[in-house]
Amino acid sequence: MKKITNLKEFACTPDRFQGGHRLCPGCAHGMIVREVVNATDDDLVISTATGCLEVCSAIYPYTSWDVSWLHIGFENAAAGISGAEAMYKALSRKNRSYNPDKNVKFVAFGGDGGTYDIGFQSLSGATERGHDFLYVCLDNEGYMNTGGQRSSSTPVGAHTTTSPRGRVSYGEKNRKKDLTMIMAAHGCPYVATAVPGTKHWKDLATKAAKAISTVGPTFINALSPCTTEWKFKPEDTTEIADLAVETCMFPLYEIEDGHKLTITYRPKQKIPVEEYLGRQGRFAHLFKPENKWVIEEIQKQIDEYWEYLQRREEAGV
Amino acid sequence: MAERYELKSKEVWDGNTAASHALRQAQVDVVAAYPITPSTPIVQNYAQFLADGYVDGEFVMVESEHSAMSACVGAAAAGGRVATATSSQGYALMVEVLYQASGMRLPIVMTVVNRALASPLNIHGDHGDLYLGRDAGWIHLIANNPQEAYDMTLCAFKIAEDERVRLPVTTNQDGFLVSHTAQVVEPLQDEVAYKFIGDYKPMNPMLDTKNPQTYGAQTEEEWHFEFKASQHKALMESSKVIDEVFAEFEKVSGRKYNRVESYKIEDADVAIVVMGSAYETAMVAVERAREEGIKAGLVMPRSFRPFPYNEIAEKLRNVKAIAALDRSCPMGAMGALYNEVSGALSANGQSAIMTNYIFGLGGRDTTVEHILEVIKETDKNAKAGKRVTDLQGFINLRGPKLSFN
Repeated sequence: MKKITNLKEFACTPDRFQGGHRLCPGCAHGMIVREVVNATDDDLVISTATGCLEVCSAIYPYTSWDVSWLHIGFENAAAGISGAEAMYKALSRKNRSYNPDKNVKFVAFGGDGGTYDIGFQSLSGATERGHDFLYVCLDNEGYMNTGGQRSSSTPVGAHTTTSPRGRVSYGEKNRKKDLTMIMAAHGCPYVATAVPGTKHWKDLATKAAKAISTVGPTFINALSPCTTEWKFKPEDTTEIADLAVETCMFPLYEIEDGHKLTITYRPKQKIPVEEYLGRQGRFAHLFKPENKWVIEEIQKQIDEYWEYLQRREEAGV
Repeated sequence: MAERYELKSKEVWDGNTAASHALRQAQVDVVAAYPITPSTPIVQNYAQFLADGYVDGEFVMVESEHSAMSACVGAAAAGGRVATATSSQGYALMVEVLYQASGMRLPIVMTVVNRALASPLNIHGDHGDLYLGRDAGWIHLIANNPQEAYDMTLCAFKIAEDERVRLPVTTNQDGFLVSHTAQVVEPLQDEVAYKFIGDYKPMNPMLDTKNPQTYGAQTEEEWHFEFKASQHKALMESSKVIDEVFAEFEKVSGRKYNRVESYKIEDADVAIVVMGSAYETAMVAVERAREEGIKAGLVMPRSFRPFPYNEIAEKLRNVKAIAALDRSCPMGAMGALYNEVSGALSANGQSAIMTNYIFGLGGRDTTVEHILEVIKETDKNAKAGKRVTDLQGFINLRGPKLSFN
């Protein structure tokens, strides 16, 4: 496992994901990917689901990837990487490794559409089969690559183009699917949540290093604030991510062996959710008097879930 | 290295068993599959070979056919020999990924045990799935019996992996009629088969991490056309490699295959064109027709893709009337085989009276008598010097005669 010391040293590690990609200014995807791929010294084979990351990082004849990289479709990043991992096992056993003195690790990236929704079946299947890979969900809570539609990760109250606010609607009605817990319920040896940026960079890097060095299927759900569709200024990305953590809208925790839950960051003082919602255009309509109850409802859900996480950690079962 | 499997010089195998022995002898590195009737025994046999130590690859028992083909793509891009099998709805679920496999030029081999597509649900044989994958950029080889299912699958690896081709290949056999019908098959001994197929020759493997590879990049209007055109070129030009592999296979097996098979076509006035197990039924019908004084002949494309236009036209140069038999309902058009054959003729400046027959859907029986009847109708056209029968007819369909003109 790679030793991660300080940010300066971490930032100086050789790039496997080059700058010059076409992600939007302020997009968190690039930060998350860099923090994950820099967290290991092992050779990597990466698959990516169709989505913002894929269409912005490998437009022929250019690529941002200085590692082997595969994109098949929207729904099969996990199935594709499981095939590559199976081939690695087969060729290693048959003494036909291409690079016998190196360890090769397998990582898949998908957005929330490619992970929570259309890609969930193949992710669940690959996880159940026990392939040795890390799956990272770049969770920007909607289908941002196709213009900001809802996904099953979109939080209550958010405006998207398919759950729009309107004269009689406050936006998304359904609660965000709790994918991290669903992945833990698969019995994954390691599952975690993470956010990009400078405040929690070490949390993400440590979790990525741990996940990559763990044998078996591992999963990181990384919140990826989307400047374009969440409607905030590009320079505010990490601040928005930090607010998600400080309000407990997106708590940081990890689960080992499918059950042992540890909260990896505990806000000193939990900030009211208005602070987080108020910074994003997608929630602006919630501040109208007739929608105030939605904010109260969101706060109630956050409080209950935070309580649940703490009780579960305490119970240590 | 896997254990040697003792084979007799003659085995009694059905098509599924034959195909699974071909996968075993190819010593495939990864098989990723989701079982579906009637192809299920292929992956079951493979799992048993693995359990008994006769193969030492990885068997990835996925959760759907979509993931089966996706895992095949990942495994093949990683850099080793890959195979799978499917039928019908499973094939339909794979279709999206079939295009991606061929677009990435990955030499995956898939045995398709042809079966009807729902709805209504039906587990029996027809060519609905074969035609569904027609434009997916795969080479399609046709096997008419268990011996051919075995032979075509062995050849498929060699064709797919040739550096001039590097395309995925399906070997098609009719559901139940071939897949579950046991016949005498003469297998190659393991050493001969290994030597014939040869070691896997990697090309741009992802697992060569010192030389990172990109698979499945995005292309916009500047490049997409060039990629598709070069893929088409490779598929069209694979004909030469198929011929070479068939010639090499003849040397080791004594069995000769051609991209266009024919029977008594040299002096024929009327011809039947058909693919799959009905070809053998049609052989008997041709014999019977000749006993009755009709000079009938028979033609089959062994490779449906690439379609052997010139070779088919050459075989049909002297016939007066042709019946093209499609084992799939085209829904609003003439059958695909009819269209290909008529295109081949017109492109070569030939003309013959052409009719289309739809037959055998969902496993419906097609007998010698049925095909003899088609030959007689086609002979009417030949004698009249113009089409006097319907343009499209349906063989052995219950109820009033259905035809379109």
